[in-house]
Amino acid sequence: MSKKTTSAWSRRDVLKASAASTAIAGAPLFFTRHAYGAEYLNNPGSNSTVTLGFNVPQSGAYADEGADELRAYKLAVKHLNGEGDGGMMNTMQPSSLKGNGILGKKVEYVTGDTQTKSDAARASAKRMIEKDGVVMVTGGSSSGVAVAVQSLCQDAGVIFMAGLTHANDTTGKDKKANGFRHFFNAFMSGAALGPVLKNAYGTERNAYHLTADYNWGWTQEQSIQASTESIGWSTAQKVLTPVGAGDFSQYITPILNSGADTLILNHYGKDMINSLTQAIQFGLRDRQVDGKDFQIIVPLFSRLMAQGAGDNIKGIFGSTNWHWSLSDAGSQAFVKSFGQEYGFPPSQAAHTCYVQTLLYADAVERAGTFEPCEVVASLEGHKFDGLGNGPTEYRAGDHQCFKDVLVVKGKENPSSQFDLLEIVEVTPRAQVEYPVDHEMFAGGDLGTCNNGV
Amino acid sequence: MLLDALLLQVLNGLDKGGAYALIALGLTLVFGTLGVVNFAHGALFMLGAFCAVTLEKILTISTKVKDESITFFEAFKEVPILEAKFPVVGGFIVDYSVPFAILFAIPIMLAIGLIMERGLIRHFYKRPHADQILVTFGLAIIIQEIIKHYFGANPIPQSAPDIVSGSANIGAVFGLGDNIVYPYWRLIYLGFSLSVIGGVFAFLQFTTFGMVVRAGMQDREMVGLLGIDIQRRFTIVFGLASVVAGLAGVMYTPILPPDYHMGMDFLVLSFVVVVVGGMGSLGGAVLAGFMLGILQSFASMNEIKSIIPGIDQIIIYLVAVIVLLVRPRGLMGRKGIMED
Repeated sequence: MSKKTTSAWSRRDVLKASAASTAIAGAPLFFTRHAYGAEYLNNPGSNSTVTLGFNVPQSGAYADEGADELRAYKLAVKHLNGEGDGGMMNTMQPSSLKGNGILGKKVEYVTGDTQTKSDAARASAKRMIEKDGVVMVTGGSSSGVAVAVQSLCQDAGVIFMAGLTHANDTTGKDKKANGFRHFFNAFMSGAALGPVLKNAYGTERNAYHLTADYNWGWTQEQSIQASTESIGWSTAQKVLTPVGAGDFSQYITPILNSGADTLILNHYGKDMINSLTQAIQFGLRDRQVDGKDFQIIVPLFSRLMAQGAGDNIKGIFGSTNWHWSLSDAGSQAFVKSFGQEYGFPPSQAAHTCYVQTLLYADAVERAGTFEPCEVVASLEGHKFDGLGNGPTEYRAGDHQCFKDVLVVKGKENPSSQFDLLEIVEVTPRAQVEYPVDHEMFAGGDLGTCNNGV
Repeated sequence: MLLDALLLQVLNGLDKGGAYALIALGLTLVFGTLGVVNFAHGALFMLGAFCAVTLEKILTISTKVKDESITFFEAFKEVPILEAKFPVVGGFIVDYSVPFAILFAIPIMLAIGLIMERGLIRHFYKRPHADQILVTFGLAIIIQEIIKHYFGANPIPQSAPDIVSGSANIGAVFGLGDNIVYPYWRLIYLGFSLSVIGGVFAFLQFTTFGMVVRAGMQDREMVGLLGIDIQRRFTIVFGLASVVAGLAGVMYTPILPPDYHMGMDFLVLSFVVVVVGGMGSLGGAVLAGFMLGILQSFASMNEIKSIIPGIDQIIIYLVAVIVLLVRPRGLMGRKGIMED
């Protein structure tokens, strides 16, 4: 008698079970992109909120910008959570933002004071990442700080959306896969300013540089020198000055005997206000050298600095990332929203921080996850418009935004206390573009993204 | 050309040295009389500067008027009431707010000095210098944070009166060409600091009060045995030092827009000045103040920096190290001080 072997699982059952398992395992991938539950640092999981870290200088040389950046971040959070008039969320194209937080989670934030010092900024960012569980750190106003915090975020495994940082290094030799910069850079300032300076002051000038002694100052000096020498100017002297020097008189007086007819102030914030004011107190703008009126140039301008410098800014050329008087729909929506909230127009620092927050939120929505590497992929090569700078692209090769650059001049007859800069030229993107491996940006490696796990 | 550059750096050094000397004078006066190392002295310089800021804010109290030039949102501009109601007189007073602030600052700084000494410092006379440094440093931080809370962290520009806002062509006056120009206000500051230093010396040298104080600095016990309340006089000296630091701060505001941290920036340098000049030596403080100011300016010259890069940042400390090694009591310090 043959013995019939029986089993609870037939071949047909095994095949059915396999198909079912595959279908179940694949279902999330099918229904929700990227929802395969990969772990990453500070995953908000099923929490109803997500926390962002706003790390800005609330004291130190760039405290003015820091205060305005914080205002912009708070406004962005408000808009992301569906409060207020929505600001640039109404003009951003394309946009996946819904006004219900990010991926349905209400946006909360923590703030830190970088004190405009790299070590304090890193300590503050570290606290945000480790204690407050932020998924993204953002902030700026000093390139030294931005580079330091960007590196920390890369190592920790969270996204860094740079605020105001203008040094070439941020997306040059110190670029990181987890870091993104919307703000323009020193090379772009030089490329935009060169032709305007040539038209205004000719091709025979002798320039004297006073330069803040840190990475931003160095790269701006290098960029502006290259740009001015390309239009025929010579460089009389390049002098490094300590950040926060206060009294610049000992650096200004040698200019009188240098034979230079142009002073280029590679200073920003409080330093720029002090050095420009003191240069004018020393009568530089009243001088003539070889029959030419002495000129001062401030390559990186901001309205907040212009306010601090008062009348001294009149007629001085510079460049800026954005200005509140722009008439495009995005800029107007932002100015209206910011003005109604705070009673005055936003600075360029506020603009870039607001935009960066929206761009991050939009990238997360498009990625369908806060997972840093997915967000990086979502931002790389992303093209957008309606955020105040015209068509813009986040270049994948270095995480630098490419867009038009504004050349501005201190207004001779301002109509209001905010109307201090006039836009002289909108330099098209093509004129300020450069290859990823340009010599001023060489030496770094973007590396690969880190999700912290 | 080089002569022009040297002359300009001497002028730079003198006006910077004026500020160092004024702060160091008060520091060393307090050390010489009360034996206290006062790390809150820089805060007094900063408070003086904020007296000027406060007076300017009072004089420019404004009403808010709608700014019609802005159409995006409801913006308001501030119209100062005083200037609006009395255009000529009001404008004049606002223009001269920094010189007027001298009168405003004297009673305030005197009161602050007396309160500080009576309320806190006197409890630390007999305590070790380390305790004095800790408590006065803590006090300086508290004062800083209070100012930051009310005035914010950013510098607040103050203007010199219009009539002295330009610069003087000193070279042309002395037939040395057009390259030696110097801001009027900085020249005024130099004259002011020399006058205040002269006034303090005259006060100590030619008044009975000053004679008693000097005697007390030499031998406090003996003066006390003669029936003189030397403690009361020393308290007044603390108030005087506070006024001197405050006035130095008031007059410095058109040169350097004041912020809450300016006192700390100057304090470190002024301590070096006191150490180089000799702890407790008034003449030493003044001499070292001007000397180090000039040295710092020379060290900033491109010709010097091209030989020793970064020398402008370390020159003062380098001098201090050398002086402490070679002559620990300082240039004009009394024998024995800091030598044991």
